[in-house]
Amino acid sequence: MEFNYLFMNNILEVKNVVKTYGDFTALNEVSLTIPKGSIYGLLGPNGAGKTSLIRIINQITLPDSGEILLDGEKLNLNHIQNIGYMPEERGLYKTMKVGEQCLYLAQLKGLSKLDATKELKYWFERLEIQGWWNKKIQELSKGMAQKIQFVVTVLHKPKLLILDEPFSGFDPVNANLIKDEIIELNKQGTSVIFSTHRMESVEEMCDHIALIHKSNKLIEGKLSDVKKEYRTNTYEVGILTDNVEGLMFDLTQKFTLSQTDFKSLNDELKLAINLGNATPNELLNTLVQRGQVTHFVEKIPSVNDIFIKTVTE
Amino acid sequence: MSKLTLIIRREFLAKVRNKSFIVMTFLSPLLFVGIGVFVGFLSTMKPEVKTIAVHDETGNYFKLLKNSDEYHYTDFSLIDVKTLKDSIISEAYEGLLLIPKKANPDSLAKSIDYISNDSPDFDIISDLEKTIGQSITQQKYASNGLDTLKIKELKSMVAINIKKASGEKSIQGLNWIKTIAGGAFGYLIMMFIVLYGNMVMRSVIEEKTSRIIEVIISSVKPFQLMMGKIIGTSLAGILQFLIWALLGLSAMFILSSVFGVQVGATGAQSQQAMEMASKNMSNVQLYFQEIWNLPIATLLVSFMLYFIGGYFLYSSFYAAIGAAVDNETDSQQFLLPIILPLILGVYIGFFTVINDPHGTIATVFSMIPLTSPIVMMMRIPFGVPLWQIVISLVLLFGTFILVVWFASKIYRVGILMYGKKPSWKELYKWSKF
Repeated sequence: MEFNYLFMNNILEVKNVVKTYGDFTALNEVSLTIPKGSIYGLLGPNGAGKTSLIRIINQITLPDSGEILLDGEKLNLNHIQNIGYMPEERGLYKTMKVGEQCLYLAQLKGLSKLDATKELKYWFERLEIQGWWNKKIQELSKGMAQKIQFVVTVLHKPKLLILDEPFSGFDPVNANLIKDEIIELNKQGTSVIFSTHRMESVEEMCDHIALIHKSNKLIEGKLSDVKKEYRTNTYEVGILTDNVEGLMFDLTQKFTLSQTDFKSLNDELKLAINLGNATPNELLNTLVQRGQVTHFVEKIPSVNDIFIKTVTE
Repeated sequence: MSKLTLIIRREFLAKVRNKSFIVMTFLSPLLFVGIGVFVGFLSTMKPEVKTIAVHDETGNYFKLLKNSDEYHYTDFSLIDVKTLKDSIISEAYEGLLLIPKKANPDSLAKSIDYISNDSPDFDIISDLEKTIGQSITQQKYASNGLDTLKIKELKSMVAINIKKASGEKSIQGLNWIKTIAGGAFGYLIMMFIVLYGNMVMRSVIEEKTSRIIEVIISSVKPFQLMMGKIIGTSLAGILQFLIWALLGLSAMFILSSVFGVQVGATGAQSQQAMEMASKNMSNVQLYFQEIWNLPIATLLVSFMLYFIGGYFLYSSFYAAIGAAVDNETDSQQFLLPIILPLILGVYIGFFTVINDPHGTIATVFSMIPLTSPIVMMMRIPFGVPLWQIVISLVLLFGTFILVVWFASKIYRVGILMYGKKPSWKELYKWSKF
């Protein structure tokens, strides 16, 4: 029963996928579970195998072995219209007119011309680009073309949106606009796979992440769970004290100290303290005996920290 | 609409709407006619008159030399040879003809000199040889007591009447029309293959460089995209050819009626009537009649079939090459082996087919798929048995299927490869991915 429940709630399941190119293994028994309605960050250094995996999900290439289920069904050609894909290497026909091009690409995704026109009107109005219909792509700026690219990706209302480095090439204003559109689509039920090197956008947008390194999946799970797993039981502490030496003597006996910095209005002593096996209360007790505590926060590992730690290990 | 139809439609429209297509379609026939007129005009222009100095010590031959449009002769028999030679070097005259005084006509025949700065025109030398030779011969007739007038009278000229088995009167040079028609069609097919094959390649490269390729193949299979591109482009080619054929045929109709040739008379009317008609025809009319007698329908239909077959075959290569490279400059090393069989086809057409349209070499190369579109098109005006055409077409289309299968494998891998100029070995490796 419980298995079934989980099953129905995953938009995508990748099971033991292997892909090799000649002697090179691009994906080695990779399995991923992407819950319905999530924004799923697919992370990994260059050449880790992310693009290979994304291409397999888009049925651009076939896996050597393994299975992929989209919304519980084995991946097949009918699923092309359920997926919207914005590749990292993207572009449009430069000499084709915007409207004609969008219609063409939407029809290739399986939309009727009528539906495509309707959807296109909606998006053009929403992004306030109605005047571009008869312009050629080469007449548009790069940022404008990127907007069109986004419209083309989402026009056919896919259940699953796969975005590879979606913000590259956008200026901050347009990047924000697109980010809001992605979040809005997610609220309406679209699941999003998000492959990027920009950790701050992962931190900001993703609820689940997976990390692929050297063809293997190393981490996967809810972002908060992953962070819990990678917490080091370290606290950032700010303290106002007259007797620094006494404080340091007390602390070094029980804990490991290092320097840290955070924003503050006081001119206090700032420390990062690793608790080891001790509890936060033990640390607090030590601190309050020596001075005025102004700052006491658990240091949560950032996605960036986790990424670098996992990849360099 | 199916995805393939959508792609075909886009590719077709992209080609046809292109300004260069419109210009090419309507301008190049004009250009051809223009070049023809220009060449004709050039050949009617009077050449510059060249003067040849003649130093004739015998005094017998200068009077035999007739001035032509191109060459004038001046008598300098009284001036010494050395001065004349100097004037040749200073380019006052085109050449100097020296006829020495000899007692014996046989030794005279061997001691005539022509001196010039540039190597002389072949025609003028053979003219001089003929004129002087005839005169010496006549002298020898006379000295041997032969009646030169009688000999002239007895000389008979033979002109063989050329007729067809069907009984029509024919004139020399009609084979020449078949040669031109065959050559034109063969050349046209090569031009179309190279032109439209290149278009396919450029369009593949464009999709790669504009980076739209991955967007498209997340919606359609690479094979569909490749085939759609090849078919769509070929439709543009066929449209262009039809426009040209229409223009050509209407020009023929107009010219025929100007010269008063009855179009379609040959097929329908009885042999006798045809013979009656052709008796009254001038040569120009006969030429036109002969053009209409060419298997025009067969030519047009087989042009279509060979164009489609040949173009499909070659453009799959072109598509694979386009996928393998990042820009047109890199494509050169791969294009050469593709162009070679085409050039071979044209050479065989012009050197072998024209001399011996149904010989072994012509027949074999009109069967081999890489050359058959060109060579067979050149043979068809001379009449080719249907079974040969059928075999050659079956071979052509069979090979096409094999090549498309192979090319699509390279295409599939190549379109997603960037920044690397692959080697032949790598292309082979790709085909096995």
